Amino acid sequence: MENFIYHRPTKPADAVKAMKDAADGKFLSGGMTLLPTMKQGLASPSDIIDLGGLGNSGVEVGADKVTVKAGTVHANVAIDKGVKKAIPALAALAGGIGDPHVRNRGTIGGSIANNDPAADYPAAVVGLNATVVTSARSVPGDKFFTDIFTTALKDDEIVTAVEFPVPKRAAYVKFPNPASRYAMVGVMVAELKDGSVRVAVTGAGPKVFRVPEMEKALEANFSADAIGGIKVKASGLNSDMHASPEYRAHLVTVLARRAVAAAK
Amino acid sequence: MSAISMKVNGKAVCGAVEPRTLLVQFLRENLGLTGTHVGCDTSQCGACVVHVNGTAIKSCTALAVACDGAEVTTVEGLAKNGKLHPMQEAFREHHGLQCGFCTPGMLMAAVDLVNRKGKTLDEATIRHELEGNICRCTGYHNIVKAIQAGAENM
Amino acid sequence: MDTGIGARVKRKEDHRFITGKGQYTDDINLKDQTYAYFVRSPHAHATIKSIKEPEWAPEDGVVAVFTGEHVAEDKIGGLICGWMIHSKDGSPMKAGPHPILAQGKARYVGDHVAVVIAETKEQAKAAAARVDVTYGVLPHVVDVAKATKSKAQIHDVAPDNTVFEWSLGDKAATEAAFQRAHHVTKLDLVNNRLIPNAMEPRAAIGSYDSGSDHYTLYTTSQNPHVARLVISAFHGLAPEHKLRVIAPDVGGGFGSKIFIYAEEVVCVWASKRIGGRPIKWTAERTESFLADAHGRDHVTHAELAMDKDGHILGLKCHTLASMGAYLSTFASCVPTYLYATLLSGQYAIPAIYAEVDAIYTNTAPVDAYRGAGRPEATYLVERIVETAAREMKIDPAEFRRRNFVTTFPHQTPVIMTYDAGDYDASLKKALEISDYKGFPARKAAAAKQGKLRGIGFANYIEACGIAPSAAVGSLGAGVGLWESAEVRVNPVGTIEVLTGSHSHGQGHETTFAQLVSDRLGVDINSVAIVHGDTDKVQFGMGTYGSRSGAVGMSAISKALDKVEAKARKIAAHVMEAAEGDIEFKNGSFSVKGTDKKMAFGEVALAAYVAHKFPTSEIEPGLKETAFYDPSNFTFPAGCHICEVEIDSETGVTEIVSWTAVDDFGTVINPMIVEGQVHGGITQGIGQALTEGCVYDSESGQLLTGSYMDYCMPRATDVPSFKLGFTETKCPSNPLGMKGCGEAGAIAAPAAVMNAMTDALGVKDLAMPASPHTVWKTLQATKMAAE
Repeated sequence: MENFIYHRPTKPADAVKAMKDAADGKFLSGGMTLLPTMKQGLASPSDIIDLGGLGNSGVEVGADKVTVKAGTVHANVAIDKGVKKAIPALAALAGGIGDPHVRNRGTIGGSIANNDPAADYPAAVVGLNATVVTSARSVPGDKFFTDIFTTALKDDEIVTAVEFPVPKRAAYVKFPNPASRYAMVGVMVAELKDGSVRVAVTGAGPKVFRVPEMEKALEANFSADAIGGIKVKASGLNSDMHASPEYRAHLVTVLARRAVAAAK
Repeated sequence: MSAISMKVNGKAVCGAVEPRTLLVQFLRENLGLTGTHVGCDTSQCGACVVHVNGTAIKSCTALAVACDGAEVTTVEGLAKNGKLHPMQEAFREHHGLQCGFCTPGMLMAAVDLVNRKGKTLDEATIRHELEGNICRCTGYHNIVKAIQAGAENM
Repeated sequence: MDTGIGARVKRKEDHRFITGKGQYTDDINLKDQTYAYFVRSPHAHATIKSIKEPEWAPEDGVVAVFTGEHVAEDKIGGLICGWMIHSKDGSPMKAGPHPILAQGKARYVGDHVAVVIAETKEQAKAAAARVDVTYGVLPHVVDVAKATKSKAQIHDVAPDNTVFEWSLGDKAATEAAFQRAHHVTKLDLVNNRLIPNAMEPRAAIGSYDSGSDHYTLYTTSQNPHVARLVISAFHGLAPEHKLRVIAPDVGGGFGSKIFIYAEEVVCVWASKRIGGRPIKWTAERTESFLADAHGRDHVTHAELAMDKDGHILGLKCHTLASMGAYLSTFASCVPTYLYATLLSGQYAIPAIYAEVDAIYTNTAPVDAYRGAGRPEATYLVERIVETAAREMKIDPAEFRRRNFVTTFPHQTPVIMTYDAGDYDASLKKALEISDYKGFPARKAAAAKQGKLRGIGFANYIEACGIAPSAAVGSLGAGVGLWESAEVRVNPVGTIEVLTGSHSHGQGHETTFAQLVSDRLGVDINSVAIVHGDTDKVQFGMGTYGSRSGAVGMSAISKALDKVEAKARKIAAHVMEAAEGDIEFKNGSFSVKGTDKKMAFGEVALAAYVAHKFPTSEIEPGLKETAFYDPSNFTFPAGCHICEVEIDSETGVTEIVSWTAVDDFGTVINPMIVEGQVHGGITQGIGQALTEGCVYDSESGQLLTGSYMDYCMPRATDVPSFKLGFTETKCPSNPLGMKGCGEAGAIAAPAAVMNAMTDALGVKDLAMPASPHTVWKTLQATKMAAE
């Protein structure tokens, strides 16, 4: 990997300033994607601004809301007793990311800011109707993920937390890529407290997307059978050696049904 | 170059590293702790797993500068006062290794697993928790047995 | 505690590995060492028009850049293929040149075009990216089935990219058998290309000492002596006594570390060029994917002829075998003498005819990978036998039983003479362990859960201990395949065994010591096994083809015979008895009918003190050497039974049960043998379900270039295995051993795919049978039914 200037600010404002001053800076959180990318020479930033020094880690569980600070590693979300009780689907999703060692290092902020189309967290953010809190503002989950590896974040904006409303029930079911263990397809199904239903799909397309037809059917009848006949269109879905768009489309329905059945 | 210091296997160490130096490079090249191995470039094989501040991470995917001030345990630090760690004993007892290359990472992952999930582990849990460690020799059969036995003796 | 033959002795080598004290090549650093990084071709096929270096600044740390021109200047010979195969028409195989750095042309993505040597690894890598190579892109072909009709002309010597068109067996007799057939089963099979992926990437440190004009190479090799021989005799680097090759701890091989590769030779050659500073190279995993020799890659059509009772009358097949872009060290023997000679399987087949066309493609070289030819043969035989049984509506176990070879020795129509075995015994035991009778109930129970359950057999046979030398020589081998051993008894009675075998996970330091402990009655901890260093060990052929037990340990056994014989003579003199009255038991020599006794260690001391025997008749000291050449191959065989459950919604397959019953002859250490079986099966399951090397036919790029896309079997992909053993002794070596290292990888793919096709109710299914492939098959079946 190419060399770079390393910064480890302790205040968000300093992090933002370091980014502004850098020629081609990158924020580093857990580094689970950025470091391998740099090792392979696919990214060579001039500056690395390590957010690990901000100490912005931890989970707050309220009656209606779970707030996960951006620097919280996946393992801590997965084992948090409050999260497990309030949104078991979120704990389970975090507990299925990568592998145990990745979960000990990777963070929610890093994951969603990177917006890998095969990452798990985007399905939680959109599926649970979360709000992304940044150094500058709050962004609704639906508006955060704009395109493949692209988000609503400005270059010098940092994710500080994600606020998940506690749903009535939810579940996340993932079909891992056999090799990388990223989501080939992952589906979050959630019935929110207001009775609305969200079905958010990651891995299948260039970015996380919702399936309104399924949502409507589930709002009428929250049962696996209600969506058994609903298929998403294959066109536009990801295609690679592991899965065709048709297979991914098929899996969306299968996993959504399983998520509905498992929702709690 | 940045000056960093850590506690590695209970011993205070320091060194000067480039920002790009990975923790595994610092351990292997600066400290000569070659028990920690590099088996891939994409953070999947797990041969490089060490404990940083008590949890298992992949040392090929962590900057050494970012671990400044950390407490690190490598496979060389498992045995205490010449006595093997129960997990090391179990790997030997149950033939949980062949070529030995993935073994340090397996051991560190196994100890971390027991720290997190306790001493009573069923086969399915162990297999699932080994998702981040690849072995090409053993077919995992004896690694699973070794971890189960090692956990009970920890 | 029993530490002899048959005991489950814990491994002596483990202590260093579990404490992080192993010494792999990359763990070694020499004084003043430099680092190499290779410039590799980004194109599948291209002329190299020019290679230009930028002006290096001091901070670039560049020591030197070398290309094929420098190699030519120094008259360093190219990489060789050591096994000559002749085509049906008698013409020799068409071996294209394979220089250690490309000369004029690059022939696959990853081909070694130039090397940069720099002060640090980072500097070498950064500088390599700045070497400016101008390529002229040529048409390429990566698919073996398309290569003979491609516009790509990979080597001038090989028109139509054909290396050889070889055949084995009696064509006329086989055709006649098919004429008589009541039923013919036809099958098209692809044996998917695999990337070996030993967990330790290849590495080398080459070093030249101008003071003594002597080279040293540390390398990740399964056979350091063969490496030294080839580097000396064919690359012409230095005579053998001026070259030391050391293979220290090696982190797995699986065949991929047998071969002599360009990178290792470059490191040791270039060290002299840069004034003797050592040069270290450690492959990144990506380089392992690109440039380690791959395995398998066969496309086959096969037909099996039966009479009305399901007795096999004949087998014929035509196989296209990809060689990749160059012939690797043993590439040519893999799809020929290690493949077609095993096509009789465990069955008495009167007539067999096989045609094999070896083809160049613009891909990494293909060579031996765990099993090497024998997995391909077993896959063909066991898939077609299972298919035939289904087509003829005969129980697959019964179909096999009807056709088993039952008398020995048995001469097959394809060279091999099976010496011993009891195939029905392993089948019977496997049926019991797997509860074959209970399968229909298990299938019905699975169906209730929405799962498709299937069962599949693989009754494999393999030829191991590749030898005898004269036989392999007559088939084209460039070397003899014996093994050597030296047993050095020290004056205090401790023992060093120097062996030409090499352990890279097999546990030789334990099993070889068990043999010595067993034979001489000494404490196993007083025995050290020395291997992997050409300066220490006299010569050896190394470890591959499951040969270290049958051949390597037999050599040790012969040397031990000599040690015992000499010790008896010395004991007789010291105890003043006739040699014929000396008895040797439990580590002590005694005089028959008396209470006179000497421990083994006392005799050893007497041998070195040399006071009490006539040194004119008996030389002082106690050290013996043996070279052992077996009289036949060995034939391990067994029966594996796999049960799968398939989720018909997702296409996900779970292996729910695995039974393996193997006959390896004498087993030295059951714990280690079981470990070899587990690992082999898992590699075979990997081939069947998860692993497949994919080159993009459009671009020629390797798509499975990392663990992100090449799916290694993980712990969740395999079950715990149920093992059983039967034993028929191998008559062709003194220990009765057959070999166990490859059996699992040979048996497993057919067992899995037979179970999968059973579950899905289809005849054809491609490996790796990934969830996507299974789902597509299910869709096609559904559409056909509608």
